[in-house]
Order: sequence, then C-alpha cells, then structure tokens
Amino acid sequence: MPVQSIQNSKIWQRYDHVTRLRHYAGWVASTIVVLICWQFISGATRWHFVLDAPEQLASFAGRMFPPEWAYMSQLWWPLWDTLNIATLGTLLGLILAFPISFLAARNTTPHFLIRSVALLIIVVSRSVNSLIWALLLVAILGPGLLAGIIAIALRSIGFIGKLFYESIEETSREPVEAIVATGASPFQVLSYSILPQVMPSFAGVSIFRWDINIREATVIGLVGAGGIGLNLNATVNALRWDQAGMIFIVIFGLVLMSEAVSAQVRKAII
Amino acid sequence: MTPHVPAATGQVWRKPPFIRNPWLRWALIIGALVYLVLALNSININPDRIARGMQRATRIFSAFLQPDFTSRWRDIQAGILESLTMTVVSTVAGVILSIPIGFGAARNLAPLPIYLFCRGIVTLSRTFQEVIIAIVFVVMFGFGPLAGVCTLTFATIGFLAKLLAEDIEEIDPAQMEAIRATGASFPQLISYAILPQVTPRLVGLSIYRFDINLRESAIVGIVGAGGIGSTLQTSFTRYDYDVSSAILIIIIILVMMTEVFSGVIRKRLQ
Repeated sequence: MPVQSIQNSKIWQRYDHVTRLRHYAGWVASTIVVLICWQFISGATRWHFVLDAPEQLASFAGRMFPPEWAYMSQLWWPLWDTLNIATLGTLLGLILAFPISFLAARNTTPHFLIRSVALLIIVVSRSVNSLIWALLLVAILGPGLLAGIIAIALRSIGFIGKLFYESIEETSREPVEAIVATGASPFQVLSYSILPQVMPSFAGVSIFRWDINIREATVIGLVGAGGIGLNLNATVNALRWDQAGMIFIVIFGLVLMSEAVSAQVRKAII
Repeated sequence: MTPHVPAATGQVWRKPPFIRNPWLRWALIIGALVYLVLALNSININPDRIARGMQRATRIFSAFLQPDFTSRWRDIQAGILESLTMTVVSTVAGVILSIPIGFGAARNLAPLPIYLFCRGIVTLSRTFQEVIIAIVFVVMFGFGPLAGVCTLTFATIGFLAKLLAEDIEEIDPAQMEAIRATGASFPQLISYAILPQVTPRLVGLSIYRFDINLRESAIVGIVGAGGIGSTLQTSFTRYDYDVSSAILIIIIILVMMTEVFSGVIRKRLQ
C-alpha cells in the first residue's frame, strides 16, 4: 500500500515498501559498480602527473596564446580538403546508403534474408568509428584524401541507412495502394508513392550527417587520412602550440559555419 | 493546384520539382556541379600506391577472416576492460554534471549571465570532436585513462545538457505555475514541476549516450587517452591485422550488445 500510517494519520507515498527497497538496492548496486570502475581508472593513473595539471594548463594556455595568426596562410588548403572530405564522403555514403535502406525497410525489402544482410551492413558500419575506418583505409590506400573520403562514407552508411529505413517504414500505406491500383510497376510505385513521402526526411538526415562529418573530417588526419588533422598532428608532435591554437580557432569557425548552414537548410526543408 | 484536363489541353502532369523557384533551383544545381568538379580535381589519387595497397588489402581481408584472439589476449583484455570502465565512469559523471548545466542553459529558468556561461560550455564541447578534446586532456593529465574519462565526460555534457535544456524550455508552464502558487521554493519547483516532466527522456538519452561513449572510448586511445584504441593502432602499425580484426570484432559485438540492451531499457521506460 502506498499509504503509510504514522501516528494514526495516513500519509500518501509514491511507492510502497518493497518498491522503495528495490530502488534503494538498485542505487547501492550501481554506486558500487561505478566505484569499482573508478578504482580501476584511478589505479591506471599516475597521480603526480595529475596534481600539476593546473600548472600544465597554465603553461599550455600561455604557449597557445597568442596563436600564430600568420600560420593561417598555410591552412586554407587543408581547410578546403577538410570540407571536401566531409562533403564527398557524405555524398558517397548517401549513394551507398540509399539502396541499402530500401533493402532494409520491412515494407520495401524483396526478401527477409536480404533484409538481415542490409541490417548487418548498417550495424557494422555504425559500430566502427570513422577514425578506425580511416586507420584501415590508410593501410590499404595510403595516406591522403581518398582514404578519408571513403572512411567518412563507410561510417555514414550506417547512420544514414538506419534513419532512412526507419522513415521508409513509417510511410503510410494508402498512397502505395493508390499507385499500385493504377497498374504501376514496382519501380514506379517506389518513385511515385514512397519517395515523395520520405524525401524531406532524407534531405534532413543527409544535411545532419554532413554537419557531423565536418567534425569528423577535422580529426581523421590524425591517422593520415588528409584534411586539417594532418596539420594538427604535425603541430602537436612539434609542440608548436601557437600553431595548434590557430588550428583550433579555424576548426571552431568551420564547425560553427557548418552548423549554421545545416540549421538554415533544415529550416527551409521542414 | 489548378485542376487540369490533360486530354483536352494536351498538357501532361509532371511531378512538382523539389525546389519551386526555377532560378534558385538552377543556381543550386550549377553551383553543386561546379563544386563537384573542383572538389574531385583536388583529390590526389596515386594509382601506383593503390595498386600496391591492393596486395595489402588481400592480406588484410584474409587476416580479417581469421581473427587472432589468443596471441595478444592480455593486451586486448586490458584495453577492453579500460574502455568499459571509462565508459561507465564518464557516462555517470557526465550525467551528474550535465543536469545543473542543462538547467543553467534553459532560457526560461536561468538568469542571462548563467545562461550564457552554460551555453558557452555546451557550444565548446559540441564543436570539437572528442579526439581533439582528448589531446588537450592528455597534455593536462598525462597519458592514461583519466584523460579519456575527462574527454568523454566533457563530450557527454555537451550532448546531454543541450538536449536537457531544450526539453526544459519546452515544458508545460502550467505545472510550474501551479507549484509556484503553493508557495514552493526554487528547489521544490525543480523537483516537483520540472524534473517529472523531463526525467523519462533524460534517462533514455543517458542510456543512448552510454552507447556513444563506448564507441568513442575505442578511439580516444589513438592520442594516448586510454582504452582499446591504442592497442588497435599498435596492431595496425605492426601489420598484425589478425589481431586488429579480433579487436574490431569484439568492439562490434560489444556495441551491438549495449545497443540491444539499451533499446530494451528505453522501451520499458516509455
């Protein structure tokens, strides 16, 4: 009973005794798990390195400011590369994800075996970060833009494909039936009844992924896959924090710009 | 749309174009084509290197079909354990910290200076990719999982606090007024009028963020912030592709497991 009587007056309570005990036990158990995990982290940490963190931060900030503004002249080209990696990678991912999403959606898939293969592709692509894809592709294709573009595309397939097939599954049946009733071929059904329903969400998802990919494209250079990350890696290895500071500012500007563009486009679509 | 009589006037119905204004449509199409040509031209493709890479690709793929779990099992085990503990600690710490910051970043609750401060933290955390933040924390705290925990915590704040703030801005003001009318204090207002409205989604998002943190914990190791990422990168630079394959398979299975698990929990909450 969620009503407890204290000194002969009944007091309403949200949960009864057993539920409260169960919640309490849950809290204690999860606290213990977190503490054990923290114990593990703290055991792997050299605390005397952590204790001088404020000094490290101060000297780090001191070396980063003022940033070397003149370094900007060398950053235009990597910036252009970063933009291209993100954009071309998103395009390639879009082209690959488009058919996969139709194969993965329950209402458009030709066969449930094909559906499970498509779902497996989507899950594998989503589980592996683009930086790991980049590691793999740099080993195969050599360092450069191409590895970066394909890495971004491979990671995007899972994201775009998942959101695409979910919106295909949410389409309404009536337009499909209406087009089928006119004697349309399966391909015509797809392009006249399903595509018009999902087009706005497709466009929104693509521009959203492009926005994320700009962010990812700034770091895949750390493993050699092109873009501004290459410069970041070089300046960090050379401890040129004034140049690294300039790169941080450029990345900040790039990401803010991409976010503004994607917000504008999504507002125009919806 | 005006009702046409196609047979009488000889007009044929066409799909309405995606962008109504023809000038804007053609400008966008031509702009996109020009951009594509420029961008594709700036990719430097080295066919010689790719041909050599194809040999390596066959070796990589054959190694991927026979993953080697045993020879480096201790390194893999330590890395996976570190990734998992980092994920748990950083998600919990991130959720705890993002609640006050999320409240501070909600325009309908916070005074302007606090609002700007909290929004600043959120923007900073969302702009930079995890790996870049990890570089800074590694400089501050030295190599090891603590830098990774701080990175993921910071990234979690950017994600959760932003969504929490947006949720709070959209809550039903009637309940706030009702609780205020009883003469409740500010903490009581939060716990009786606001938290009940936002908690279900907050719990769901926290579990979703746990998935993301697990995926990201696999890569922050590339810049020395702990987790399985450093083991993975070492295996790539040593050409031990069968070990890399084992690590990737473990990551994919772990991510899939947490995704299924969190899906079940989120479904039960709703």
